[in-house]
Amino acid sequence: MATSSKLTSSNRAGWLFALPGFGLMVVFIILPFFFAIALSFTNQRLISPNPTEFVGMANYKSLLGVGMITLEPERDASGDIIRDDSGAPTYPKLRNFTRKNPDYPKLDGMREWTSWQSGENRTYVLARDVVFMRAVLNTLIFVLVVAPVQGGLALGLALLINQRLRGINVYRAIYFMPVVVSIVVVSLLWRFIYDGNNGLLNNILSSLTFGAFSPIDWLGNPDTALGSIIGMSIWQAVGFHMVIWLSGLQTISPTLYEAAEIEGSSKWQTFRYVTWPGLRNTAVLVLIVITMQAFALFSQIDVMTSGGPLDSTQTIVFQAVERGYGKQDISGGSTISVILFVIVLSISLIQRWLTRERR
Amino acid sequence: MALVSPDNRGLRLATRYAVLTIIALIFCFPLVFMIMSSLKPSEQLLLDTASLRAFLPIGDISLDNYSAAFKRAPVGLFVFNSMLVTGVTVVLSLLICSMTAFSIVFLNWRGRDLVLSIILATLIVPFETIAIPMLLLASKLPWIGLDGFTTGWLNTYRVQIVPFIADGLTIYLFVQYFKDLPHELIEASRVEGASWGQIYRRIVMPLAGPVLATAAILKFLAMYNQYLWPLMVVQQEQYRPVMVGLQYFFQLNIAWGEIMAYLSLITVPVLAFYLFLQRAFIASIASTGVKG
Amino acid sequence: MKLFTLSAGAMALTAGMSGAAFAQTELTMWYHGAGNEVESQIINQIVSDFNASQSDWSVTLESFPQAAYNDSVTAGALAGNLPDILDVDGPNMPNWAWSGYMQPLQIDEAKIANFLPGTKGIWDGKLYSIGLWDAAVALVTRQSIIDELGLRTPTLEQPWTQDEFMAALDAAKASGKYDFALDLGTAWTGEWFPYAFSPLLQSFGGDIIDRSSYKSAEGALNGDAANAWGNWWQGLFANGYAQATQDGADRDTGFNTGKYAFSWNGNWAALGTLAAYDDALFLPAPDLGNGPKIGAASWQFGVSASSEHPDGASAFIEFALQDKYLAAFSNGIGLIPATPAAAAMTENYKEGGPLHGFFALSQAQGVLRPVTPGYVVQAKVFEKAAADIANGADVADTLDAAVDEIEADIEKNGGYGH
Repeated sequence: MATSSKLTSSNRAGWLFALPGFGLMVVFIILPFFFAIALSFTNQRLISPNPTEFVGMANYKSLLGVGMITLEPERDASGDIIRDDSGAPTYPKLRNFTRKNPDYPKLDGMREWTSWQSGENRTYVLARDVVFMRAVLNTLIFVLVVAPVQGGLALGLALLINQRLRGINVYRAIYFMPVVVSIVVVSLLWRFIYDGNNGLLNNILSSLTFGAFSPIDWLGNPDTALGSIIGMSIWQAVGFHMVIWLSGLQTISPTLYEAAEIEGSSKWQTFRYVTWPGLRNTAVLVLIVITMQAFALFSQIDVMTSGGPLDSTQTIVFQAVERGYGKQDISGGSTISVILFVIVLSISLIQRWLTRERR
Repeated sequence: MALVSPDNRGLRLATRYAVLTIIALIFCFPLVFMIMSSLKPSEQLLLDTASLRAFLPIGDISLDNYSAAFKRAPVGLFVFNSMLVTGVTVVLSLLICSMTAFSIVFLNWRGRDLVLSIILATLIVPFETIAIPMLLLASKLPWIGLDGFTTGWLNTYRVQIVPFIADGLTIYLFVQYFKDLPHELIEASRVEGASWGQIYRRIVMPLAGPVLATAAILKFLAMYNQYLWPLMVVQQEQYRPVMVGLQYFFQLNIAWGEIMAYLSLITVPVLAFYLFLQRAFIASIASTGVKG
Repeated sequence: MKLFTLSAGAMALTAGMSGAAFAQTELTMWYHGAGNEVESQIINQIVSDFNASQSDWSVTLESFPQAAYNDSVTAGALAGNLPDILDVDGPNMPNWAWSGYMQPLQIDEAKIANFLPGTKGIWDGKLYSIGLWDAAVALVTRQSIIDELGLRTPTLEQPWTQDEFMAALDAAKASGKYDFALDLGTAWTGEWFPYAFSPLLQSFGGDIIDRSSYKSAEGALNGDAANAWGNWWQGLFANGYAQATQDGADRDTGFNTGKYAFSWNGNWAALGTLAAYDDALFLPAPDLGNGPKIGAASWQFGVSASSEHPDGASAFIEFALQDKYLAAFSNGIGLIPATPAAAAMTENYKEGGPLHGFFALSQAQGVLRPVTPGYVVQAKVFEKAAADIANGADVADTLDAAVDEIEADIEKNGGYGH
């Protein structure tokens, strides 16, 4: 008993080794973050002569407030529903209810987020900050697409590049190249590629289809802008995760592969029963890192679209920066970062809980 | 045993190379575009972007953009500053983060799980959101140097280095890697009376080649591409790094040729560092005897 | 050996500096011109001339790249690390003054009586900043295009009406010779939007904010005039006269390579256009109903609130206001000199010079962006509204939302001291 505790329990040595790193993180990340949390309950501006005041949850309410209203269709004098040219019923303008209407004080300043038909009536979900809601939604889409696709492609590349072939180092270096170039620079270069008039992508697509393809303004079209940024982001960062997978592949003992070969297992079996189990820790790492990086999506947006067109590429961190710095509303920006923190933390706790249950 | 004819093997090899090469083309074109563009005058560069000419050294080719870039900004100084800040941070980061991870994985101490959870939670905090509190902090921090006791870290190298030495990602990389190392080895040397310092130095770190290489390149990239922080804490040209220097080229009429030349110049050190690490990487793989 | 010379040099430098410090009090100055060789040369020349001209003050200059300048100043202010003299983009001055990091200039108003109105940074009744130059926007085209499309050449006295302007765009579009009739410069996100496009809103009779109180935007930004502007603005893009998203390269080179018939552009780009076309024309803004308007105010010099030597800082700024320096900046980087006397000394803006028209434009049509600390936020809100409308958003809803956001911000800031 005494031996075992001497072996594994060592409070002094443990703290001694951990302290330099953990101490630096406390000073330069954790304390500033607590400061940001505190700011989110105030009306602090980046620069202002006005005194700072405690405002409670006001910043959170103005970001997350939602409301609902159901409108009846407009009727003419005889009581018939007025329909537009396509036959759909028309409704009174929402702004009559959400702007300075004393009968609906709770809806004041809200805007339409989404709406649906319920019988003759139309129900609107309103949000106090529609732009932020779009940002949250876009960020989630980005994460949900990028995490599996980028992780999978990176693993494929890592396996491909882990072969013993003459000159494989050259390929290894090339696959990593996009990562080496700063994301800001990559975004600048891709703006040329995505250009709507004579961008490279349009020209290639049109020559591949013998001119049948009509050019798309990739970044200028609300339907394609986010997709274009997703594509570029995956392309840029996949090499990064390929390297992490590679280092994981190195830790798998060669004797296991030899055993598999002797057993005569197929390539897929080797992957399924030798490689993949050996990559468990790496897989968790890659998934977490991709998710965190995806949630922090900012530079691409800043350089390529500034959140447009029509908010189709707004993201949470872009909104945090836009408010905190651009609009000098540091308390609003801090509130967004706290909300982001809570979102990601809950997701990872749920993730953890789910994986724990299964085991 | 399947019979494999030499022809068949040749074909399979050719297919492999073909696949590798096609993928390589997809990944290397921005760099090729950047370098080729750096040789062209801005007007031609912009016209060429519409076609495959963008990837070819044709037309009016010269090194004029490079000399113009050096004239416009102290490129050498910026690269030096970035290399210094990045190099020091990477070395300190590898040391300190690996120690923290070592302690978390191999030692058993009170508060360990909490510390690990907190470190993981910091991964979620984007730097942009804590930059302002950090700025206020950095402007008031004390320092003891050659000129005695001073406060305020603005306009120094250390303000660009110290805050970034310890980070969650690097620690987590080490943690995940260390978990896969055989614990029996450590316990055995513990029984033989080795101190934790000796175990860290003589047993764990010699086995950490691949993760050191990975952590180093990732940290290098993050540091070399710093923009927002140096912008906020450095007001003197003598400490400015490369990404802030890039802004020297965004004037009203953007000189794209010079930008491409500057980008090519500042990318060289990163590429060189990666190639160097990759060799170290291979060496460490060879030494542990892992087959592909 | 090399090391030794270096340290010996450093010692000599320190000795020299402490010697100078004994006689001259050191003043620090920040300027946004890093990376622009000509601009740096001129400002360095002014600094060294000033330092040699008297024995009380010695100015040392720190240059920043323009794109990073405002953020650097904000960070400097937060960290309590501002220089004595700084330069400021005109519309940002009230924000910096209100926030308490600038102080009024100690310069006699009579000295700047003949300066262009857009160069004077006045907030709360006091002069906080003064510019050596102004900038102006014109409708750039070519005489040959005007002739070919059979259009009347507009003048300052008789600018195009809205109908004439739209007819000109129609003619250009119908000719089929151009990718787009009009290059508005939507590629330039940021300050270009409020600078270049809010005067168009004012020409319709709207505004970003109600300037009588600076406390409300209701009616100004979402009234009938503003909605008329919004519909017209949206039509420019929906009907294919201009691009809502534009490639930066097209903005820089498009007009000069014949992609556009007209370009809404600043005088700083005029030298390039003159080099491309010898029949380039710089036309006044059209009158969209409420008189022709263009944006005014460019970079200006001011003194930081933390400066312990505002007298010395003001002395430097006054020194820099000499006509020869105004002319040097104009000749060097194409800006509009602040005084008629300086304009007469320049190549381009003197009577009969190719850009003389800009000087008259600036005098006749220039309007300031809202003079309020809240402008920093209002500019962002306006930019987003203009971009959203250009991309097809509902005009009335977008303008209402912009008004709400502007008013919420004013309220949060306790009225910004108005």
